[in-house]
Amino acid sequence: MQALHDVAQYLPMLLRMSLINIALLGSLIAVGFTVGTLVAVVQVYGRRAASAAAGTYAWMFRSVPSLVMLFLFYYAPPRFGVRVSPFLAATLALGLCSSAYQSQIFRGAIQAISSGQMQAARSLGMGRPRAVISIILPQAFRLAIPGWSNEFSSVVKDTTLAYVVGLNEVVRATKIINDTRYDLTMPALIVTALLFLVMTNAGNLALGGVERRFGIPGLQMPGRTRTTDMGR
Amino acid sequence: MTFRWDWLPKLAEGLLLTVEITAVCVAIGIVLGTLLAAGRVYGRRWLRLLCGVYIEFFRGTPLLVQVFIVYFGLPSIGVTLSAFTSAALALGLNTAAYQAEYLRGALQAVGSGQLQAARSVGMPLRQAVWSVVFPQAFRIVLPAWSNELIQMLKYSSIVFTITLYDLMGMGKKLAAKHFTYLEVFLVVALFYLAVVLILTQLLNLLERRTRLPGLGSDVEAPAKYRLWTPLRRPGGRGR
Amino acid sequence: MNPLLRVEDLHKRYGKEKVIRGVSFSLERGETKVVIGPSGTGKSTLLRCINQLTIPDKGRVWLEDVEITHARTNINHVRAQIGFVFQNFNLFTHLTALGNVRIGPIKVKGMKKDEATKLAMEELARVGLADKADAFPAELSGGQQQRVSIARALAMTPKLILFDEPTSALDPELIGEVLQVMIKLAQEGMTMLVVSHEMGFARSVADEIIFMEKGVIVEQCSPKLMFTCPSQPRTAEFLHKITELYGETEK
Repeated sequence: MQALHDVAQYLPMLLRMSLINIALLGSLIAVGFTVGTLVAVVQVYGRRAASAAAGTYAWMFRSVPSLVMLFLFYYAPPRFGVRVSPFLAATLALGLCSSAYQSQIFRGAIQAISSGQMQAARSLGMGRPRAVISIILPQAFRLAIPGWSNEFSSVVKDTTLAYVVGLNEVVRATKIINDTRYDLTMPALIVTALLFLVMTNAGNLALGGVERRFGIPGLQMPGRTRTTDMGR
Repeated sequence: MTFRWDWLPKLAEGLLLTVEITAVCVAIGIVLGTLLAAGRVYGRRWLRLLCGVYIEFFRGTPLLVQVFIVYFGLPSIGVTLSAFTSAALALGLNTAAYQAEYLRGALQAVGSGQLQAARSVGMPLRQAVWSVVFPQAFRIVLPAWSNELIQMLKYSSIVFTITLYDLMGMGKKLAAKHFTYLEVFLVVALFYLAVVLILTQLLNLLERRTRLPGLGSDVEAPAKYRLWTPLRRPGGRGR
Repeated sequence: MNPLLRVEDLHKRYGKEKVIRGVSFSLERGETKVVIGPSGTGKSTLLRCINQLTIPDKGRVWLEDVEITHARTNINHVRAQIGFVFQNFNLFTHLTALGNVRIGPIKVKGMKKDEATKLAMEELARVGLADKADAFPAELSGGQQQRVSIARALAMTPKLILFDEPTSALDPELIGEVLQVMIKLAQEGMTMLVVSHEMGFARSVADEIIFMEKGVIVEQCSPKLMFTCPSQPRTAEFLHKITELYGETEK
């Protein structure tokens, strides 16, 4: 099959480009995780106004499509004299969108922890911040692993959205193939799809391992923990 | 920052297309998703496997790639569809996979007891599933389904990449004219927020209206969906 | 000489219900006092008002010279000197027994890890659980968990330990091991305020028993006196019921 052989030629390029997706994945998750944790903590422990603000932030960034955010983060800064690379715009846009989802996952986990934990921490003389950092969050993160791995799967696929702000990633590569070797469009797209299938499954497997390694015996989210949902 | 009033009618046009596409793809999703779910739960081994593969593929691969496969890939092997049809098809196939999973959970949550009771009065399988299990399952799946609807509304924005002038596409067209991306897309964001807000309230209402006493929504919605009640917030996630 | 703990005219209400209606008493260094009474009479709330896990509506509490209830008092400082043992243990589920016991000294007192570990192992040995140092709470029985939580309180070298129904959540056969530890502590001179139904324990170890009902102290006197000739009829009634229910547990 000629087509198959030709596509094999493009395979290295596709693989290389998907590394960009992976790089974007890493950076956007870093943003999403830190901001998400912050928002969750503020939403649960902050004062009325701060908590409401955190909740509103989370709602907004989950209600507005990521694509809109991508455009805003890419095209708005130049208006204020700041040039933003597609990679940075995508990191921020997708990262903040993810932070909104992650914050809700963490919030659920924090709230699932019995109030006795906080009381015990406080009764030892720990201040609130210290108690949250040393006692609550370590448990919350462990509880959050199943929900978080759902988010992880979504976000792996969302990296392709960076295509719309011109990032040189794998979908762009398939478009290039479409423009130069029309007949290879379908195989290239199928290969790309399969690449993602591998990535999402690998991610899930890895996170499953993390859950096994770090999970605390006896510590589980109420209700279903291991979801059959492979992740969005 | 300059905002122009004449954006509004154009964006409204785009919004209309967004709603159309969302409606069509969700409709496809319901029908196909129900079939897939039924296949997964009640079908024979080969059917379960087939449905499983379908679901695995459409949930494990990016939506953008799926859209490109339909819009760019199919023509290259001889099947050419219009932009709208491609969009509706790709999105429909995608949402069907997610809906199938939610419905599957709901079907399993209804409990085999119900099915057994129906069979034991002599109902054939198909009828038992249709008149006893499904009505309950649909109520259980409602929160996750509502969530999916909102997700599709947001992800429909992806169709602008295949030259459809939905809310997103129209926004891009307007913004490109005078390079007013910031202003236009702030307005576009507000449009989406408003629609999501309204839709959320309507879905809340629907859920309240169709609630059955004793029928909890204990479906296997992933952890983040649990945050969906009581104040409905767009849960769910990306594709 | 100042009493170690002084509670003055404490009041607390939840909504319309007045849970504590003017409670005052004091505790000298080395004393063990047990608070008994029907459920819902504010006994647990009383303990929580002392270390401010619950803020009282009115009234003052002193730990030696420091007024705990004063707005300017650093409550974390105070709490580090008061141990609290919960009814449902509240061990930190993500830490081992050792981790639970040493986290207080490390994070609150700023102790170095090795020093804290050494201290923690000593306290675990004191409650008889040195061999379970690496177990997680979920791997321990209720009685063991409670003993770890006592060790956790002890590791902070507190001036006073508050026990909030420490054995109420335990299976009967596990109660004994916890009471043993508590008796030992009392005999070693620890100042303890215990809310409990365990009459045997109260009788053998308490310096004074406080009977609370409907938010007030009905009677407080030595166990000997209280069990033989209580002055209030209500006290006699309650004691009769409870010794019937829980049996005489002579430890």
